[in-house]
Amino acid sequence: MLRSLVKRAAPKAVVPEPEVLQVPPPLTLVDVEDPAIESRNLSVWYARKHAIREVNLKIQRKGITAIIGPSGCGKSTYLRAINRMNDTIRNCRTTGQLLVESEDVYGPNVDPVLLRRKVGLIFQKPNPFPKTVYRNVAFGIQLHYRATKEELDRVVEAALRQANLWDEVKDRLDDSALGLSGGQQQRLCIARALAIHPEMLLMDEPCSALDPVATAKIEDLMFELKKVMTIVIVTHNMQQAARIADHTAFLYLGKLVEYNVTRELFERPTQELTENYITGRFG
Amino acid sequence: MKPKSRVVRKAKEAGFVIIFLAGIGVALGVLGVLLASLIVTAAPYLTPTLITNYANYQDPTRAGYAAAIAGTLWILSLTLIFSLPLGIGAAIYLEEYSHGGRISRILQAGVSNLAGVPSVVFGLLGLLVFVRGLHLGAVVLAGALTLTILVFPYVVITAREAIRAVPQSIRDAALAMGATKWQAIRRQVLPAAAPGLLTASILAAARTIGETAPLIVIGAVVLQTFLPYGPDSPFVALPVQIYAYIDLPGPEWQGVSAAGMIVLLLILFAFNAVAIVGRNRMQRMRW
Repeated sequence: MLRSLVKRAAPKAVVPEPEVLQVPPPLTLVDVEDPAIESRNLSVWYARKHAIREVNLKIQRKGITAIIGPSGCGKSTYLRAINRMNDTIRNCRTTGQLLVESEDVYGPNVDPVLLRRKVGLIFQKPNPFPKTVYRNVAFGIQLHYRATKEELDRVVEAALRQANLWDEVKDRLDDSALGLSGGQQQRLCIARALAIHPEMLLMDEPCSALDPVATAKIEDLMFELKKVMTIVIVTHNMQQAARIADHTAFLYLGKLVEYNVTRELFERPTQELTENYITGRFG
Repeated sequence: MKPKSRVVRKAKEAGFVIIFLAGIGVALGVLGVLLASLIVTAAPYLTPTLITNYANYQDPTRAGYAAAIAGTLWILSLTLIFSLPLGIGAAIYLEEYSHGGRISRILQAGVSNLAGVPSVVFGLLGLLVFVRGLHLGAVVLAGALTLTILVFPYVVITAREAIRAVPQSIRDAALAMGATKWQAIRRQVLPAAAPGLLTASILAAARTIGETAPLIVIGAVVLQTFLPYGPDSPFVALPVQIYAYIDLPGPEWQGVSAAGMIVLLLILFAFNAVAIVGRNRMQRMRW
């Protein structure tokens, strides 16, 4: 467990707070009605490090919300707070509220196991299991159901089709998933998450390890998926946020700086810090 | 800056490769000489009666290892049945569930120190606890339990390495889909660690098969003229029997002992071959 702590916490080492870039009070310029996810004064600590500082954010249902910001700004931490994956990190503490479908996931009666079934997570580096393509996709179903072979076959095919991967792997279902290309592996991870019908999908820089063609395929996929589910994507690629996201939140040093409709945020940033970041003056 | 000489760098490269080759050469050479001298000494006694006859201290041509082979197989299987689940279970606890607090550090230190205890001490422990304390007597079960304690730390240490080598991303992937911790361990971590766990069982088997001192202390019967009939049977194991033969004067008894050692090695190789084939099969699919 210690390794995982070091591994995940290390990149979030304290960023020296430059004096000229003091974080102004957050500015939320878009009002999301009936949000699927909402955080209220959400704070996350790693031991003594305050990684997320009282973030208030409402995330639109059936849309794509992007979280951007420089490395170490806490965007991955925020994302992982939504399905309580931070629980697996020792010394990680969360305060404030995080509502998923109006229920505080840090409340007393919430089972993180059930929450994560509802809120899927795609990792930065494709991480298929060292098993066959088929077994990868079937895994989620087998966690939660006793399924017959026919039922499994059906779900696996449907999930792979939904992830636009079926045609590429239908003849290789019994081959190792590790033999697929990076982009295919990432879509396999998405198919694996889709197999258990999550209501939301959190994506932690899903394309940062992929080439532009594979990235485009994943972005196309996200456009299709947002018709049926809520997607939150963390990205350090601003063009990607501009291309795909309906709303974009800019995080800096663990604080929300600006939150707006994507187009507005990129074309008319209201905060100097946001403007500096999206024009590439730092980050 | 002064550039480093290319010739010197190349020479160093070659020099070190020679040192490394010498290292492996010495190891293999010693092993070869050992095996060769063993086979030469044993050759006249490698007959079928060696494995069908019981102990005989009068006539080296009629001396055999029947009871010892059966006893070793009994002890080996029972020890593995006990020590693998226990050791792997302890490794899972230490790697996956413990939080690195004081208690788990004490447990870890305990396990590591256990690995350094001389095996005679385990024999005394077995004699006091299993043979006398639990009134088992000098039987197969007492021997297996004693050797279980002896190999336990090795299993724990090797299994922990195997579990630790499974990338964190595999656990994360399983947990992120709503697996419980145990589901993630059972369905992903343990299968991914299986080759390393088989290594643990190979090490445990090698230790078990070769141990002499604890079994002598417990009271293996070097004059046994029947096959052990169960866990509650008196027993003798191969190394103990070999030790009994080699104590007798005369080169012919050395030959009988050497032949016994070859039987011992064959059993060990057979077990390792099964484990290694299994491991290679599993290794075909890894991250």
